[in-house]
Amino acid sequence: MGELLTVAHLSKSFAASGGLPWRRRRIAAVTDVSLGVERGRTLGLVGESGSGKSTLGRCILGLVKPDEGQIRFDGIEVQGLSGRRLQDFRRRVQPVFQDPYGSLDPRWPVGKSVREALDCFRIGTASDRDRRVRDLFARVGLNPTLMGRLPSHLSGGQRQRVGIAAALASEPELIIADEPVSALDMSVQAQILNLFLDLQQDLGVASIFITHDLGVVQHVSDTVAVMLRGAIVETGDTDRVMTRPHHSYTKNLLAAVPRPR
Amino acid sequence: MSAVLSFGNVGVSFGATPAVTGVTLDLKRGEIFGIVGESGSGKSTLANAAMGLLPANATVTGSIKVNGREVLGLGDEELRHMRGREAAMIFQDASVSLDPTWPVGDQIAETLRAHQKISRGAAKARALALMTEMGIADPASRYGDVPHRLSGGMRQRIVIAAALANDPQLLIADEPTTALDVTLQAQVLQLIDTLRQRHGTTVLLITHDLGVVAQACDRVGVMHGGKLLEMGAARQILARPSHPYTRALLAASPVGAKRGSRLPVVPPEWSVESLTEAERQRASEIKAGAAYG
Amino acid sequence: MSQAIASLRSRPRHDSSSRLMVIGGAMLAALAVIALLAPVIAPHDPEAVEVRRVLGAPDFLHPFGSDVLGRDVLSRVIYGLRVSLIVSLSAVAGSLLFAVPLGLIAGYFGRWIDTTVSRGLDLILVFPAMLLAVTFIAILGPGSVVAAIAIAVIYLPILARVMRTSTLIVSRNDYVTGARARGASHWRVLASHIAPNALGPVIVQASVLSAFALQLEAGLSFLGLGTQPPTPSLGGMLADGREVLIQAPWVEIFPGLAIVVAVLAFTFLGEGLRRAFDPKGVAE
Repeated sequence: MGELLTVAHLSKSFAASGGLPWRRRRIAAVTDVSLGVERGRTLGLVGESGSGKSTLGRCILGLVKPDEGQIRFDGIEVQGLSGRRLQDFRRRVQPVFQDPYGSLDPRWPVGKSVREALDCFRIGTASDRDRRVRDLFARVGLNPTLMGRLPSHLSGGQRQRVGIAAALASEPELIIADEPVSALDMSVQAQILNLFLDLQQDLGVASIFITHDLGVVQHVSDTVAVMLRGAIVETGDTDRVMTRPHHSYTKNLLAAVPRPR
Repeated sequence: MSAVLSFGNVGVSFGATPAVTGVTLDLKRGEIFGIVGESGSGKSTLANAAMGLLPANATVTGSIKVNGREVLGLGDEELRHMRGREAAMIFQDASVSLDPTWPVGDQIAETLRAHQKISRGAAKARALALMTEMGIADPASRYGDVPHRLSGGMRQRIVIAAALANDPQLLIADEPTTALDVTLQAQVLQLIDTLRQRHGTTVLLITHDLGVVAQACDRVGVMHGGKLLEMGAARQILARPSHPYTRALLAASPVGAKRGSRLPVVPPEWSVESLTEAERQRASEIKAGAAYG
Repeated sequence: MSQAIASLRSRPRHDSSSRLMVIGGAMLAALAVIALLAPVIAPHDPEAVEVRRVLGAPDFLHPFGSDVLGRDVLSRVIYGLRVSLIVSLSAVAGSLLFAVPLGLIAGYFGRWIDTTVSRGLDLILVFPAMLLAVTFIAILGPGSVVAAIAIAVIYLPILARVMRTSTLIVSRNDYVTGARARGASHWRVLASHIAPNALGPVIVQASVLSAFALQLEAGLSFLGLGTQPPTPSLGGMLADGREVLIQAPWVEIFPGLAIVVAVLAFTFLGEGLRRAFDPKGVAE
């Protein structure tokens, strides 16, 4: 069967801003990263700020073109895709973002944001789409009466649920979630994590859960990859990495996590 | 022995909206007291009230005493004198406290000279010494840097240095580590503890993170919806919480929970989501407005 | 550090913005009505020469007096105001028509597109406004239409730049990335997400610039390069009135007052809009 997603020797650097164009320093965001995600499983991508985890996520989504390396999704090479085939890929891989404020268009009723994928990919008829949006709202635990509301009239947790519903609209096989619970209160975070676990179980969606929070990552991930300054320093089953870490950075991270109990 | 900071039945409201209700607690000299709560709990409002940093439309009732002296009703000049000499506050976002155009070393020196009669040279020397104490390597070369040239963790250390420059007996830290990476967080908390031991500073630590409470606090108070729900020794509260909200909050933390298990959900009467969006907007507005004095 | 905290004052509330908007809006509305209804309101034909009334002082029939050719100043001011408003507003509108798309694509696509557009616009910015206008007129000949075109070109870089900055800010939001990931084409993203959210500051800037556009039009007409006689123009009246300032000050004062009132109206409205919709100051 093979992996759903395979990343091989991926590298991406950016030009530092400022200065003459041909003399700008390059900042390496991602360096020689390789990882894999199995169908229906969750990979936790852990790293602190500047580790390159978000850039890696964007490369996998096909939104940023890597300098080197390969990304294979279900056997298809992602980098060279364009047109129809790129759209097909996009249907199958969807993002969930961190910031409940910036992840939804402030002028769009939230139902419209959830429907966006359906509209752009032209899935179903208009009434099909409305029905699907209702289903999605129910699935993420939101009352469908909220469909017409603007994001500013929802709480952070509710907005995040909308974001998840929007990601699920096109029935993706892989979700890239970039710090989806970091901006939420602890109690709300717990609810959203439960939602993730439920969705994993019910829908069998694979996901890459990007976060800096070790407590969160060990709770939802089957496998873990630890990133430091653009490179992966350790990967493996969550249980193994959390209890018997090999790399000194992983050990430091684990030791630094404040434990309430 | 008089408490360094004491709240006597303190209430704060903004117009008709209550943000803090009936909070009574005393901080003993040399202790690190944590106040833990989620959005809308009123923890930051309480801290700002102690420093006289609430916006003009805030009504405060009850009594707040710093070193036995009543803070509510103090004039601007007396408040300014208190802030820096007796009590200092640091915030989550270091950039709120630092002037982006001044060299960081000068900002520490300026705090010194604002509250003590001290020459420029002596102020600079003391600022350098403070930077070293904060663990900033090669302070002499960092002295002249403007804030954006420093990393987040280093900026926070500068802020702490400036806060402690005049040896205040009380340090109020509002989410000082929330914006920092977890490795830095541990270092900053360790630093606060070391300073407390060395100088006998009393610390009021505001946080949303129970793990931070476990790591850094002697005693803790749990707040929700403006009220203080329970209070006691940190170890005790975390191991055997008596209030249902505290219990629910502890259970909601994924750290230490079995992988893949459903986390228990906070009962709806304690949910922070029940605070309407307007109230939450109010809470963040208060926080931002208060930081600007 | 305590100084730094204590010295930052909290932001003023929004009351002033709505007051300004209302005042400015009301003034503009009044001026617009006057201008629109010029043929109905103006008591006399603005171009009617009446030799017996040359330099006549203000009286009941001619509240603003008569000018050097015996023409009724009030009527001329009304028609002149009409011309000024039409020219300045259409210039700003025309400028926006090009500035918004240019700013959008420069801000959204970035890189070489941004460089090309920005440097191109910078070329316009190099020239002082008046000089550019005069050059236009020298090439295309004088007149209201050319004046409007010249003004539109002069303000194009400013409006485009504000739109570009606003676009840059809006583009950084996750909902834009999300839209792309959910299959939206670049054009769809620009039209349905970016443009509506980014237009605020440029509208503010446009209303602020309208005040300047009006002054520029008056200046050009003053020099004889804008609206051509016999069509009344406020600037032209200022030019004519100079010679008779001592013996018939009303010929100069009333058109001048009209300009001041119109500029104030635009300024109040623009400033009010800015305080309400662009507190972060994206507009310049």
